[in-house]
Amino acid sequence: MTLLSPPRPGHTVWRRFRRHRGAVAGAAVLGFLVLAVLLGPWLWSLDPTYIDVRARSAGPSPAHPLGTDQLGRDMLARLLAGGRVSIAVGLAAMAVSLGLGTLIGVLAGFFRRLDSLLMRLTDLFLALPVIPLVLVAVMLFREPLNHSFGPQAGIFVLVVLAIGLTSWMPTARVVRGAVLELKEREFILAARGIGTPDAAIITRHVLPNVASPILVSAALGTANAILTESALSFLGLGFPPDFPTWGRLLSDATVYLQDYPGRALWPGGLICLTVLGVNYLGDGLRDAFDIRGDAR
Amino acid sequence: MNFRRIRRLAMAFLTLAGTLAAPLATADEAQRGRDGQVSILYWQAPSILNPYLSGGTKDLEAASLVLEPLARFDETGTLVPWLAESVPSVENGGVSGARDTITWVLREGLEWSDGTPVTSADVVFTWTYCIAEGGGCALREKFDGIAAIDTPDARTIVIRFDAPRPNPHVAFVGAQSPILQEAQFKDCLGPRAPTCTGANFNPIGTGPFVVTDFRPNDVVQFAANPHYREPGKPAFSEVVIKGGGDATAAARAVLETGEFDYAWNLQIDPHVLANMAAAGRGQVVSAFGTLVERVVLNQTNPDAAHGARRSTLGHPHPFLSDPAVRQALSLAIDRALLVEIGYGPAGRITCNLIPAPDIYVSQANDGCAMQDLDRARALLDGAGWTDSDGDGVRDQDGVPLSLVFQTSTNAVRQDFQALIKQWWSQIGVATELRNIDASVFFGGDPGSPDTFQKFYADAQMFAGAFDGTDPESYLSSWRCDRIPTPENQWQGSNIARYCQPAYDALVEDMREAGDIERRAELARAMNDMLVQDHVILPLVNRGRVSAHANDLGGVVLNPWDSELWNIADWHRKTAE
Repeated sequence: MTLLSPPRPGHTVWRRFRRHRGAVAGAAVLGFLVLAVLLGPWLWSLDPTYIDVRARSAGPSPAHPLGTDQLGRDMLARLLAGGRVSIAVGLAAMAVSLGLGTLIGVLAGFFRRLDSLLMRLTDLFLALPVIPLVLVAVMLFREPLNHSFGPQAGIFVLVVLAIGLTSWMPTARVVRGAVLELKEREFILAARGIGTPDAAIITRHVLPNVASPILVSAALGTANAILTESALSFLGLGFPPDFPTWGRLLSDATVYLQDYPGRALWPGGLICLTVLGVNYLGDGLRDAFDIRGDAR
Repeated sequence: MNFRRIRRLAMAFLTLAGTLAAPLATADEAQRGRDGQVSILYWQAPSILNPYLSGGTKDLEAASLVLEPLARFDETGTLVPWLAESVPSVENGGVSGARDTITWVLREGLEWSDGTPVTSADVVFTWTYCIAEGGGCALREKFDGIAAIDTPDARTIVIRFDAPRPNPHVAFVGAQSPILQEAQFKDCLGPRAPTCTGANFNPIGTGPFVVTDFRPNDVVQFAANPHYREPGKPAFSEVVIKGGGDATAAARAVLETGEFDYAWNLQIDPHVLANMAAAGRGQVVSAFGTLVERVVLNQTNPDAAHGARRSTLGHPHPFLSDPAVRQALSLAIDRALLVEIGYGPAGRITCNLIPAPDIYVSQANDGCAMQDLDRARALLDGAGWTDSDGDGVRDQDGVPLSLVFQTSTNAVRQDFQALIKQWWSQIGVATELRNIDASVFFGGDPGSPDTFQKFYADAQMFAGAFDGTDPESYLSSWRCDRIPTPENQWQGSNIARYCQPAYDALVEDMREAGDIERRAELARAMNDMLVQDHVILPLVNRGRVSAHANDLGGVVLNPWDSELWNIADWHRKTAE
C-alpha cells in the first residue's frame, strides 16, 4: 500500500530546504569553504609561515595567486591555514555550547524544581560581557594549558572552551521553551503514564522532538564562535602571533589598508562569507523544520 | 576646534598683511609672533605640565616650551648653555679640580614670563622642591649626591656634592631638570605638590611660550612669551599641542592631509611612512640617540616547574647558559634585513649596546652585522648539540634547543619575531612565539606573570636607551644586584640575569674614574663584555622619527633632549 504511506520526514525537510534559495546558496558557499580549507594544504603546498623576504609585498602572480604579505609569506596558503583554524574553532566551540545549552535547557524545561535556578544562572551568564571575560580567561589559563597540551593545542582548547562556555545561553532558552511545550503533549503524558523513567522519556521522546531548534541554534552559534575567535585574534590574544587565523590576518593587514587593501579584504571577506553562509543555512533549516511551512 | 579653518584664516590674513607690508619685509622678519599659529600633534596627550611630577616624555616635551634648564644638549649631544652664561668645566674654572663643586652663572637680565627677575634663589628652590619629603618627585635621581647649594649673589649658583662627581652636569641640565619659579611653587612643597593644580597646569617659565589653556589629556594652547629674552623670537604667536589618536593617524595628519604642522614619534612601518611622505605635504625627519632594540637571552631557567623561583639565579638555564648556543643564536640573525623591514631610514644596524656618543662606541663587535648560518651550525655541532632524534631540532642529553620568544604587541616586533624564528629554525633551534600587550609587558605589575622583568620566557625583545650622554648609570644596570627577583618585587634592570664579578668590578672602576678617556675605555669594555658574551643581542639602533610640514622651518630633531628644544627658532617658510 505505497500510496497511503506518508512521505518520510527527512524527505519533507529536504524538499522544504531546497525551496529556500538563500539556504542552498549558503550551504554551497560554506561547503566550498570547508572543502577548500580541508583539502587546501594538498592542493596548495606552500608553507603559510615560510618567509621569502625577496618576494615581500608582491602582487598576485602565478607563484602567489593572492600575492604575499609584508614578510613575503604566501597569502593564499595563509588564508587556507587560517580558515582551518577559524572554522575548526567555530565548529568545536559550537559543539561545546550546544552540548551545554541543550543539557541545561532540557533539565530546566523538564524538571520544574531546577527551572528557576537554571534560568537565573542563564540570565547571569547573559549579563556577563563575553569579550572581557574571555580575555581574563586567556590570561589566567593560557600557561597551564600550554603546559599540558603544547602551545597551539593548548590555546585551541582554551579558545574553544572560553567561547563555548560563554555562548550556550540562547540555546538553553530555546530548548527550555520547546521542552516546556512538549512536556504537556499527550504522548509524553502517555509515556509517563506507563511508567517510563525520566531519562528514557528525555532521550526517546523529548530530544528527537527538540532537534530542530537545536540544529538552528547550532548554525547560528557557529557563526558567533567564528566571529569571537576573529575578535580575539584581532586583539592580539589567542593563538601565537605567527600562527595564521582569519582574525589575525585581518589585524595584521590594518596597517597596510591603504597600500595593500587586498590583504585585509580577503580574510575579512572570508569571515563575512562564512558567517553569512552559516546564517542562511540556519535560516533555511528553521524554515524546513517548521511544520507550519507545509500549510502553504 | 577646527584647526584647518583657523589656519586658513590666519594664512589669508598673513598673505594680506604680507602684500601690504611687502617693502618692509626685512623689518617684518624680526617681529615676534609674525607667523601666526603652529599646530603640533602628540598622539600621547600631555597630562601635566610640571615635569617633576610626571617624568613622561610627552609631558616633559610639552613643558619644555615654558620651563627651561641652565644648559641642555643640542642635536649632536653637546652641552650648550641655556639659562646659564656658559657651561662650567674644569678648564674655565666652573668645576673644581676635585670635581666636588660646580658653579653656574645665570644670564644677565633674565625674566620670568610675569616680568619678575629670575634669580639664583629660584634654582635653589627647584632643588628643595624636588627633594622635599613626601613630594613624590619623579626626577629625584637628577639631584642625587647634592650636599648643598650656595648662592653668593643673585646670579651665581654653587652646587656642592657629597663626593667627587666625574659627571657634574646632571642637575638643572636638559628637559628633565628645568627651573621652577619660587614665587609660584613655594606653597607646593612635599605632599602638597600634586594639589597645586593651577601651578602644575600653568607653570610660569622663561621659555618662548606661556600656557593660555590646558585641558589635560587633550590639548594645550600656548602664546608667545612677551618677556622672552631674545628679541624677534619666537616667530609664532601661538602653539597648539593636540594629543590623542595613534602614530599612523598622526603621520597622516601631517604628511597627507596637512591638518597639523608637526607630529611626534612616528614608529610605524617605514614603507607606509614613505608612501605617506610621497604625498609631498611634509617630510619625515629622524635622529639617532642611544635607543637600541635588542634580544635578551635568559640566563636562568623560566620553567614553571620551579614555581616561585623560576627565572631566578638559583636555576641556571638548561641551554642558554652554554656560550656556543648564545653565539649561534646571534650569528643566525640578519640585522641588515631587520633594519630594512622594520625601520628603514629610522634604524641602523648596531652590534653594541652603547651606539652613541661616538667616544663610547666600541669597534670590536662590528662582525655581527653579517649573518653567518654555516658558522652558527658549526658552533652548535662543535658544542655537542646535534639532532639525535631526527625531529629537526638539535638536542643534547635529552634537552632540545627549543625556546619561547616573547615581546610586546606591535606590528614591527611581530615581523621581527617571525623572521628570527625562521633563522633560528634554519640552525636547528625551535621557537615558540608569544606577544603580550605593551601596557602589561612594560607595566611592571609584580602580580602579572607577563612582565618583561619577570621574564618567564627564554628570549625576549624590547628597546632601551639612556638619558643624556653619560652611560655610567645605564651600564651599572647589569650589575649582579640589579637582577629582578621575588624579593625586590621583580624591580630590577638586569633583565638578562647577567652575573659576572668581573663586570661588577668594571662598574666600580667607572664610578671612580674622572678622566673622560678612561671612562670611555671602561664603558667600551663593559659593552664588549655584555655583547661578546651574547647575553644581549643588539639588533637595531632606533632613531627618533617625526614629521613636519614642508613650510615649517627651523626644525632640528634632537635625540638627546626635548624634540621641541629649539621651538623659539621655528618659523613659517615663505613660498619662493
